[in-house]
Amino acid sequence: MSSQRPRVAFFVTCLVDQFLPHVGECVVKVLQRLGVEVTFNPAQTCCGQPAFNTGYRREARAVAERMLGLFAGVDYVVAPSGSCSSMVRVFYPELFADDSRRLQQVEQLRRRFFEFSEFLVKVLKVEDVGASFPHRVAYHDSCHLLRELGIAEEPRRLMRAVRGLELVEVQDHQLCCGFGGTFAVKFPEVSVAMGDDKLRAVAGTGAEYLVANDAGCLMHLSGLVHRQGLPLKTMHLAELLEKQE
Amino acid sequence: MSKPGVDSAAIHERARQTLADLHLQQAFTSSTLRLYNARAQAIAEVPGWERLRERAQALKREVIEHLDHYLAQFADNVERHGGKVHWAATDEEACAIVRRIAESAGARELVKAKTMVSEEIELNHALAAAGIRAVETDLGEFIVQLAGDRPAHIVAPAIHMTRHDVSALFVTHLHSEPTSEPEQLTAIARRALREHFRHAGLGVSGANFAVAETGTVVLIENEGNIRMCTTAPRVHVALVGIEKLVPRFADLGVFLRVLARSSTGQQMSVYTSLLTGPRHPGEDGPDEMHVVLIDNGRIATVADPKMREMLYCIRCGACLNTCPVYRKIGGHAYGWVYSGPIGALVTPQFVGLEEASQLPFASSLCGACRDVCPLKINIPDLLLHLRGKVQERPRLLASAPVSLTERLGMRAWAWVMRRPRLYVLGSRLARLGQRLFARQGWIRKLPMPIASHWTEGRDLPALAPKTFHARWKEISSQRQG
Repeated sequence: MSSQRPRVAFFVTCLVDQFLPHVGECVVKVLQRLGVEVTFNPAQTCCGQPAFNTGYRREARAVAERMLGLFAGVDYVVAPSGSCSSMVRVFYPELFADDSRRLQQVEQLRRRFFEFSEFLVKVLKVEDVGASFPHRVAYHDSCHLLRELGIAEEPRRLMRAVRGLELVEVQDHQLCCGFGGTFAVKFPEVSVAMGDDKLRAVAGTGAEYLVANDAGCLMHLSGLVHRQGLPLKTMHLAELLEKQE
Repeated sequence: MSKPGVDSAAIHERARQTLADLHLQQAFTSSTLRLYNARAQAIAEVPGWERLRERAQALKREVIEHLDHYLAQFADNVERHGGKVHWAATDEEACAIVRRIAESAGARELVKAKTMVSEEIELNHALAAAGIRAVETDLGEFIVQLAGDRPAHIVAPAIHMTRHDVSALFVTHLHSEPTSEPEQLTAIARRALREHFRHAGLGVSGANFAVAETGTVVLIENEGNIRMCTTAPRVHVALVGIEKLVPRFADLGVFLRVLARSSTGQQMSVYTSLLTGPRHPGEDGPDEMHVVLIDNGRIATVADPKMREMLYCIRCGACLNTCPVYRKIGGHAYGWVYSGPIGALVTPQFVGLEEASQLPFASSLCGACRDVCPLKINIPDLLLHLRGKVQERPRLLASAPVSLTERLGMRAWAWVMRRPRLYVLGSRLARLGQRLFARQGWIRKLPMPIASHWTEGRDLPALAPKTFHARWKEISSQRQG
């Protein structure tokens, strides 16, 4: 860390910005409570993943190029999404493989780019953020976070440190919930069936809350919950860590 | 125009049928889970599993990067041991070669070991057209053939059928007594198959591995029918996809250790046959051994530096068993011979992207397949690559799940995302627009595809009243004020 107070640029991600802005506010609050100086560049939009995931590489590149110059002068960039973090860290190098100048910029960015739970545990070395939430909670591993970034333990450690919280494991917790980006609308029948399986497994834990670190999975699962009127509440990890009930 | 036997465009229809069939859902879930758990247990016993995977991958890479060299070496060694090598560029050529061998052997009936490449080249149909009957002798394939069906899994062909289904099938076709005891069902099949083994003039097998150094065809099985097929008839034909090569005999050790464990969770399969040439005087075995080396799209795949990785596949089926999409829609939905994640890769490569442009999209890209693949094939990455290829070729628009609306929409989206002010303006307009649809923070029904696909089976959270961008402005001005 270059100074005692790490300077963090917050990358809110387009889904959180549009659908779950409260998650963004919680990230900022939690980071500020931990003494981090948070900045937000209003020129940010999207990382380009929706296009990349669907095979529109040219469009993805055009959007991704903008990201490379947005976060100068900060120690870290933090995003409340395993998927968008994977886009920058894992897929940008591939997207710009034929452009050495851009690749250098990618390298500059990806070295400083962290997913929220990863940043707390690995960079700030914090597990107890001072939250309390006396409920039975299940955690959903989003696929990009789990498999592209290899992050499974960090969110669980943060959750175990929350006062009053009982963390329960979902059977086959590594199984995809069926969101999959544009897969959710290209194969809606399969996506929904996979989501139903996931929710059945969650119901088996008796959890009141289901927590995940990706807005995509949360929108898909909460959409199913709402359509079916299930007694389950979904929540982003940042919202949980902000709670002081 | 469309290649016979390929029906990948119907994936949605088939998926819906399978999803609605509780019986099939049960069959796929229980069988894939059983194999998945067996694999997990079997690999946990192996110290250094990761190193083994890396070694297997390095060996296959060596083969694919130097395919010409190893193919020539293998062919020379087959002939040196008295075998006959045939080269087939296409499926039709491969079928014609087998037909000619059968005709010159005077065989009206032949027995077949389980071989996926024979399914790929539609061998049985081609032979039937020439009046030659091919009898499947692998229990699963035998069942599937009786049912006039297709394999639903590359390792467990009859995975979609229960023992009750099999019993009913045997009653109809073999006039047996109904029974749901697996042992009795197996005995019924065995009795029927014995007659075929006795009379067949030709045996056809595939190959799990082909050793370049020695010209050996390696076959792995649990039932013993492959031994019968390759030794009882006077003539043996091995169909070998050219990617099946391994460099040296000693390398087999690596592959034998990963294959059975990944496939069925066995430490080793029951029978491993190493066939090097036909019988020598005084030995058992066939008088003639033919090896048909089949390209059928593989060389074109080698030419693509990215896609050639898919040729490392040893057809263990682990990716099918772990895939949450395969578990829901089953093998037939993929519309051809190969299914699951590897099928979504192989099919467009072998039959043409035009015929199978839906398949690269039939994945949530969760990456579970890559985790279990013994060859560490980066399947999600290759699927993404294929998605890119679909979008690059506008003439695929008609067959691809890509409408002009999507294409234009994606362009407009990218245009807006590069202009932050437009993004903010668009956010405001979208909030006005959604008033038509949103009630109490949720949208239950959207009118147009693609958006309507979301609301088919789930609700959509409405856009929040204010974006984070707007909230940040408020928060920071409050702080300053």
